[in-house]
Amino acid sequence: MMVAKTVSRKLLRIHKKDNVVIVVNPVQAGDRESVDGVEMVFTERIAIGHKVASRPIRQGEKIYKCGVPIGSAKADIPLGAHVHVHNLASDYIETYTLDKDRVYVK
Amino acid sequence: MSNNTSTFEGFLRNDGRKGIRNVVVVAYLVECAHHVATEIRDSFRRQPVHLIGFGGCYPNAYADRMMNRLCTHPNVGAVLLLSLGCESFNRHELQKNIAVTGRPVHTVVIQQAGGTRKSIEAGTTWVEEALQQIAGVPRAPMQMSDLVVGTVCGGSDATSGISANPAVGRAFDLLVEQGAAAIFEETGEMIGLGDAMSARAITTELGRELKMSVDKAAYYYQKMGHASFAPGNADGGLTTIEEKSIGAYSKSGDAPITGLIKPGDIPRQRGLYLLDVVPDGEPRFGFPNINDNAEIAELIACGSHAVLFTTGRGSVVGSAISPVIKICANPETYDRMRDDMDVNAGKILRLQASIEEVGKEIYDKLLEVASGAQSCSESLGHQEFVLTYKSFEPIGPHCLPI
Repeated sequence: MMVAKTVSRKLLRIHKKDNVVIVVNPVQAGDRESVDGVEMVFTERIAIGHKVASRPIRQGEKIYKCGVPIGSAKADIPLGAHVHVHNLASDYIETYTLDKDRVYVK
Repeated sequence: MSNNTSTFEGFLRNDGRKGIRNVVVVAYLVECAHHVATEIRDSFRRQPVHLIGFGGCYPNAYADRMMNRLCTHPNVGAVLLLSLGCESFNRHELQKNIAVTGRPVHTVVIQQAGGTRKSIEAGTTWVEEALQQIAGVPRAPMQMSDLVVGTVCGGSDATSGISANPAVGRAFDLLVEQGAAAIFEETGEMIGLGDAMSARAITTELGRELKMSVDKAAYYYQKMGHASFAPGNADGGLTTIEEKSIGAYSKSGDAPITGLIKPGDIPRQRGLYLLDVVPDGEPRFGFPNINDNAEIAELIACGSHAVLFTTGRGSVVGSAISPVIKICANPETYDRMRDDMDVNAGKILRLQASIEEVGKEIYDKLLEVASGAQSCSESLGHQEFVLTYKSFEPIGPHCLPI
């Protein structure tokens, strides 16, 4: 039997040190995608350009993208979870953004 | 790798530097001479005659240094200077510095030549002769190791930092491996990465200088009231300022950082260099660089033979003097604007190529352009150029350890 190497068409790992992968085609709830032999099952839609944990990440751990730290986890992040303003904080300057009601939030 | 020893033909200058283009520069020394310079250049459409200049009437050491470096750039074969006659730019010194390099150089002073029409005639006649003269410039074999290559990003979107920029990083790794000098810049977009960048410096002292340059940028941009993170960034999937900064930083690749330079400093050794583009001292003249072309001009003043330009939204700019190679990050932008794009890095997002493969493609495209093929912006006639007031202190003793 031929064993094909699983290549995700929706997720991209940028650097070998990274603990997040990038959504390059939107994933939907229920999608299963594998990166480097690790399977993730998604529970929500995640848009292009956003990040997903490629392994379980503990609170306080650094998040690596492109091989460099981009902040620290605010909470434990399970494999395959969306990594964004709700669970990742800058180690330098707080990020202000708009919530779904277009109100500035930290 | 097949291109390890690829050789192409360059133009040998008297100072030993080699160029990949042989252009006549027409340079105005104050805005008042801009129109005359433009008219002269416009008589030579589709010929290698490029327009640059400085618009200010008041002296500025940075602008003076930039003009001197640009007029003696290895891609430049001859220079025509256009002066109104009463501006404060030191045209005598500039002409002397160009003449010393053996390049044909001539100054038309509009007030002395008898006004607009006579100056245009005199200048056009001189450029015709100069083109013939520089056709005989000696040729010399060049390799990738002879190149200085800059990189810049503009019109960025959420895709820039995950396709085109890391792909340029791979191309930079290949260039440094081959013995070229590679320059990355924009410390204002490296906020949060000072420590990561420091750790890549070849000496501890240089590491400290790199970190200080990022701290300086953070202070300067804060003074400008420049918002560094907008809600649109978060919509596009960016979470922190460090992450946004990576977009710029990932163009630098993985090589150790050999030195820190400022506009007009020319790397004399192989390796990877950070160009500190943020002025020294209290903010005086406004934003560090008013647009992408101001950064491109600085990369060229540091000797860049060519500039790798990444874009997601779709920038179309080129430059005077050195070819600009466009690497498009966003596959949808590429489909829409492919005439302007040399490399489609968007296919990384469509999983049709890896970052490494596109990095190699950028390297090969650079070799092609260095060998004489026109980049898209060159063939479309782009020659953007801008130079404004800035102020810099010379680099410190630890900035170039080798």
